[in-house]
Amino acid sequence: MATSVSVLDVTDLQVHRGPRLVVRDVSFAAERGELLALMGASGSGKTTVLRALAGLDPISGGAITIDGVTMRAGGRPRGALLRELHRRVGMVFQFHHLFAHMTALDNVALAPVHVQGQSHAHAQSRARALLASLGVAHRADARPHELSGGEAQRVAIARALAMEPPLLLMDEPTASLDPARRDDLAATLTTLASEGRTIVVASHDGDFIKACAHRTLVMNDGRLVNDALPR
Amino acid sequence: MQRAVLAALLVCVALASSAGILSAQQSQAARALSGAPELRWGGDAEGGEPFVYADPSDPLRVVGFEVDIAAILARGLDRTPRFIQVAFTSIDAEVMRGDFDVGLSGIEGLPARTARLALTVPYYAFREMLTVRQADGARFRTLADLRGRRVATLGATLAYELLQQAQTDYGVIPIVYEDDVHPYSDLAIGRVDGVLLDQVLAERGVRRNPGLMNEPQPVGMGRYVGILAPGNTALRDRLNDILKQAMRDGTLEALFRKWKLWNDDQPALYAQVLAEEGSAAKVPQSNAELDVWQATRRYFPALLRAAGITLALSCGSMAFAVLLGILIASGRVYGAPLLRGVLTGYVEVVRGTPLLLQLFVIYFGVAALVQLPAFLAALISLALNYAAYESEIYRGALEAVPVGQLEAARTLGFSDAQTLRLIRGPQAFRLALAPMTNDFVALLKDSSLVSVITVVELTKETSIFAANIGSWVVPGALCAALYLALSLPLARLARRLERGWRPA
Repeated sequence: MATSVSVLDVTDLQVHRGPRLVVRDVSFAAERGELLALMGASGSGKTTVLRALAGLDPISGGAITIDGVTMRAGGRPRGALLRELHRRVGMVFQFHHLFAHMTALDNVALAPVHVQGQSHAHAQSRARALLASLGVAHRADARPHELSGGEAQRVAIARALAMEPPLLLMDEPTASLDPARRDDLAATLTTLASEGRTIVVASHDGDFIKACAHRTLVMNDGRLVNDALPR
Repeated sequence: MQRAVLAALLVCVALASSAGILSAQQSQAARALSGAPELRWGGDAEGGEPFVYADPSDPLRVVGFEVDIAAILARGLDRTPRFIQVAFTSIDAEVMRGDFDVGLSGIEGLPARTARLALTVPYYAFREMLTVRQADGARFRTLADLRGRRVATLGATLAYELLQQAQTDYGVIPIVYEDDVHPYSDLAIGRVDGVLLDQVLAERGVRRNPGLMNEPQPVGMGRYVGILAPGNTALRDRLNDILKQAMRDGTLEALFRKWKLWNDDQPALYAQVLAEEGSAAKVPQSNAELDVWQATRRYFPALLRAAGITLALSCGSMAFAVLLGILIASGRVYGAPLLRGVLTGYVEVVRGTPLLLQLFVIYFGVAALVQLPAFLAALISLALNYAAYESEIYRGALEAVPVGQLEAARTLGFSDAQTLRLIRGPQAFRLALAPMTNDFVALLKDSSLVSVITVVELTKETSIFAANIGSWVVPGALCAALYLALSLPLARLARRLERGWRPA
């Protein structure tokens, strides 16, 4: 896709955890509408890369540019930079981290109201539409502890999408899913990518990645060891 | 369910009180067998000069006119006197328990005592004196002049009964103190407009506080007596003989002259006591039970009102404690190191010192600078004290909210303040609810301590009631039932809220 623009640009990324260098000189880019898989064994550094992209961990070297906003080495991003970053990145955690004290619908509508300043009614109706598009409209009034793993994940995706980020990050999305749900998720992500969203998925589930990823990066011991198209 | 709890409670109270009577009888029997060389007498050395007080030159020894009375009584019985320290307000209950043989501590021969205890003949007559500030000397001559004004006294005294009557008759507001020093110091600084107490205390109060004066017209007359357990009439009769002999042969006169307490009221009293010889001090025991129920009916509205004060005080101070606790906890979790240090210091100091001391400091200690009304001082003390405990609960709860929740909030673009308000705070509150309920129930009961700064709440009203009828059984059971009625619904409400909010 020669005409497409780069939404994500990672250059010589380094991340320390304490004194230990856990991500070394990682560079890659992702285009608009691309679904990129980050593979590797546990501890290879793929989750750390995602957390750095989401602004959760400080980077100690290199740079990350997301849709025109650049993070460099230093402390965790703060203030205006953080706000600009979070308009561009949505994150779906492995364990979803839905806000435990509110319904699925409120989980989705909370940030649009308080961060983007949308009206309560508008945010709620958009949240309902998002939940419907992900097939969980009937669970809108359920609380997180009443949802199955698959339902919780869909609500978490809806929560991230409600902020309309150009880049969506997902950490181990198939960990809590049975095979049928896994196929559903692959289809959902394929649809989202086809609508123009860039998606980076960290996973070690080869079948799932084969089913949906456009390109796969393999990490080992904090380094990128392979950059290949799976199909 | 609640009725069953109450029934069980009543059984416990009844068992406890009968056990007390039993042990009193046993210990009396044991003393009779051993030949009992001692006369154990109870008094409150905190009551001070000139009754019973620590000898300034030897603080381990007590002196006072009551000490000399005890010596006369012991000599007459051919025993050695031994002093037992006892809080003035529990002196009746302790003599009934058999903790000592006779109570001598400026004890007034009130009708309620006559019905419940064995009383000696009176050995000193006193006047109830109204003390006011000198500037008010001409305005406030009698209780009738003090309509709508606050007048201080001690609970369970003749003066208190006179003030209760004056409340009905003239609208005087009685303020009950636990000690006989602070009524006068609070009068001097204007917290109350009068003090009604016996002349011994009144004269000492005027001596110690310049600017006060005693109105010349006495408000009433009272008498000091010795008190004994109701079954102990044999000893009481012997003590009466000794006292009367001391009246006849001038021993008592010499004693009171020595303490500069002799006046014209005393010969009149002695003449009356000696004239009543033979028919003296017949104690009516029969209709005591009826009195309890009549007294209960009379006191129940006061108990309900006091329960209202307990509830208002507890709810008010808890609300402030929660607010302040949230601020302290937020400061300790999010604040700069200096702020964290200051707040940690506050929490440690407040948790490490007694609430009673904090009450004294806030009410009496700073009275020279700012004179807080008693209820407000109580509310502030309880709030400041419980804020320290609440803040620890909230700090723990804030830190217990899973970090994933905070990271999820961060990736959605919430600021730290928004995260605290919308996500971390509400979740921490759910975690804090159970320990908070626990603290509120504790606060409900700790609020009884504020009676030391003249707030008459449920426990204080109960002890006044108990002192008046001379028994703790009915007042104690009613008091316990009222506390349970306040705390049980709250515990139930908290459980229901918790069920509705169970986190994942």
